[in-house]
Amino acid sequence: MAKATFRIWRGNADGAEFVDYDTEVSEGMVVLDAVHRIQAEQANDMAVRWNCKAGKCGSCSAEINGQPKLMCMARLNDIPLDEPVTVEPMRAFPLIKDLVTDVSWNFKVKEKMKPFTPRPPDAEDGTWRMEQEDIDHIQEFRKCIECFLCQDVCHVLREHDLHDEFIGPRFFVYAASLEMHPIDTENRLEELKDSDGIGYCNITKCCTKVCPEHITITDNAIIPLKERVVDQFYDPIKKLFRVFNR
Amino acid sequence: MASYETHEYDVLIIGAGGAGLRAAIEAAVGDLKVGLVCKSLLGKAHTVMAEGGVAAALANVDERDSWRVHFADTMRGGQYLSDARMAELHAQESPDRVRELESWGALFDRTQDGGILQRNFGGHQYPRLAHVGDRTGLEMIRALQDHGIHQGIEVHMENTIVSLLKTGDRVSGAFGYEREKGRFKIFSAKAVVLATGGVGKAYKVTSNSWEYTGDGHSLAYHAGAELIDMEFVQFHPTGMVWPPSVRGILVTEGVRGEGGILTNSEGNRFMFDDIPELYVNQTADNPEEGWRYTQGDREARRPPELLTRDHVARCIVREVQEGRGSPHGGVFLDIAWIKEKIPNAPEHIRRKLPSMYHQFKELADIDITQEPMEVGPTTHYIMGGIRVDADSQMTAVPGLFAAGECAAGLHGANRLGGNSLSDLLVFGKRAGEYAAQFATENEAVPLDESEIDTIAGHTLKPFENPPNDSNGDQLGPYDIQAQLQDKMQELVGIARSQESLTQALEEIQNLREQAENVHSIGNREYNAGWHTALDLDCLLTVSEAIALAALERRASIGAHSRDDYPEKEEAGAGKYNTIIKKADDGMMTIRRQSIDQLRADLQEIIDEIG
Repeated sequence: MAKATFRIWRGNADGAEFVDYDTEVSEGMVVLDAVHRIQAEQANDMAVRWNCKAGKCGSCSAEINGQPKLMCMARLNDIPLDEPVTVEPMRAFPLIKDLVTDVSWNFKVKEKMKPFTPRPPDAEDGTWRMEQEDIDHIQEFRKCIECFLCQDVCHVLREHDLHDEFIGPRFFVYAASLEMHPIDTENRLEELKDSDGIGYCNITKCCTKVCPEHITITDNAIIPLKERVVDQFYDPIKKLFRVFNR
Repeated sequence: MASYETHEYDVLIIGAGGAGLRAAIEAAVGDLKVGLVCKSLLGKAHTVMAEGGVAAALANVDERDSWRVHFADTMRGGQYLSDARMAELHAQESPDRVRELESWGALFDRTQDGGILQRNFGGHQYPRLAHVGDRTGLEMIRALQDHGIHQGIEVHMENTIVSLLKTGDRVSGAFGYEREKGRFKIFSAKAVVLATGGVGKAYKVTSNSWEYTGDGHSLAYHAGAELIDMEFVQFHPTGMVWPPSVRGILVTEGVRGEGGILTNSEGNRFMFDDIPELYVNQTADNPEEGWRYTQGDREARRPPELLTRDHVARCIVREVQEGRGSPHGGVFLDIAWIKEKIPNAPEHIRRKLPSMYHQFKELADIDITQEPMEVGPTTHYIMGGIRVDADSQMTAVPGLFAAGECAAGLHGANRLGGNSLSDLLVFGKRAGEYAAQFATENEAVPLDESEIDTIAGHTLKPFENPPNDSNGDQLGPYDIQAQLQDKMQELVGIARSQESLTQALEEIQNLREQAENVHSIGNREYNAGWHTALDLDCLLTVSEAIALAALERRASIGAHSRDDYPEKEEAGAGKYNTIIKKADDGMMTIRRQSIDQLRADLQEIIDEIG
């Protein structure tokens, strides 16, 4: 069995550093397997979040050799093992301990957004009729596993720390899934423009590149939402129309 | 009593998977104060991994379906050991529970006329599973979560309950710790709902995550509730087998529902070789008829790959044991073959089974549209669990309720695919409703403070235990967990015997002594080793219950197979449930309880539908 070195971030908010661990690696292993082996054999108290180990729950987000990834989907075959593999927590969120960060801000953001509000049912049994082709693009948004890797790479959050003024790509995807939902009746454009800060996004597509669910966040969610905001608030003809309709 | 952070609720829900979230939403309908405690972050619970769909007789795809057929299918699948009243309520109420999700934002795949699409699944006579590709669980948990966060429920994420609190006979709250700093918390409540899921981590090969350590089963058992039919552990027939690091990860039954076939190393579709008597009339006798069934031909019978999970798992084990397995100890599951039947097969497969496509592509370098997968059984679900009243979901302990996988009764000896997602909606709602009613009708009882410091002391014991035992050996929590998993896999797995089970009980006893002395390094902050040490008690409790119940049932029925008792029923024993209870002296005791005759109108349904 081959050996590899994993350089893992250890510590808490009071201080942390990289610690090297050598461990055995075998065919098919992913980074999370190596972290688990190190945890079981050498560092019982190491903190790491994980659940499904199959890319479905979005718990084990980390930065592997500087790349934001799910540890459970990062195969060692694709990583050079002749030098140490660095494993760090997401940098856009406060560190709790080792590989675990405080992502509670994301949950608070979602709570503040206007919830799904359906129109009255189409049928007497309380159901709605929707064509598959009308929901395909929303089902794309609903693939999101809330791993928050898109939040982690977004420079508005990561470098500029604008957590109070900007909800981040995850929640633009969420907003898009509601705004474009065929039976939702709510309007969220004013919040998107103001408190949600959609204007800060300068569509560099970093979020799209790291999405483990391959959601085309920028093109399919953020840009269409930006267009709707522009249509509602900045379109000169509509603006004029609104003036005359007062 | 030392001072602890304390939270007071009318209803406390433990667990935030589908059942816990649904219970919390229901309990919060009035103006009660509802607390929800979960081990992980919200939306990460095991429900998120459910793939194939949620079973509900909506009759959107085949109008011949009805709650009566769903009821009969569930009873037959459970080998008639299910609680018939639960099976009745489940079949009647699941359509409304599914439609309700849509009003909370869930978006299921659609039929041609815009309704909720349904697919075929093992043991269901008609296409019955509402689904979203193969990520149905994610859609459900997200819909529940996104609705639930606006209902005034207080959520305590990354908190673990280590003990229920009782005052006299009644449950009065729960004691636990928060993960981040390891601080203790007390939750007082008039009613408590357990919705903690299953026990898969007791086994080595499992589709379950670290959370599945039988917490609810163990908490309820120690609080005086009964556990029933714990011998029935579902080994899902199709888990990944290669590479080793992904062994056990689930491959949805939906692959077979979409036309996937099982073959052995000789290229033989071995499922045709062994069709149980109970299902002969419903099962295709040639590949062509089976294929037509998966494509919606209403005159065709279902292919044998869609027989119940217990049977398919046993057939796979037989093929492997008799030397006809795949290179890595499984059999082949082939969906790529459908290119012989339909144009654009690869695109069709990627659309119907997107997460399976990615899972195999990314974890095993296999393109399932081009080549077969290798699959074998994986520990997936426990049919047994906390005994509850069918209507209210209340346990034998007043004020203590249970729902979802940790509760039992609906699935009997074997669960049909898709029936767990509907189970957690139907009975999650009922548990929340009746817990709220209990909290409204009963005054709060004061906490019994005398036991709290004892529990706290026990919870910290792993830090105080010496690092080495008297032989100088180190006993880490992960070592003990791994040893238990090995023993359960080997001795209490798919094939069991008097000898293996007796040995298992001895091994569990030895491991329990080691777990008592297990040492945790580090401090209380987010310390995975400490958490694992604390989980051991739950794992050992449920493991003992499974082995003891398996020893008691001297027959091979449903998911439970005894090499030494191959017959379905023990001579003269009739139909019964096994019931486990903690005796006054702390020992685990087991007894049998005969199953009452079915209510006449329900028996009529079974006589009519089969």
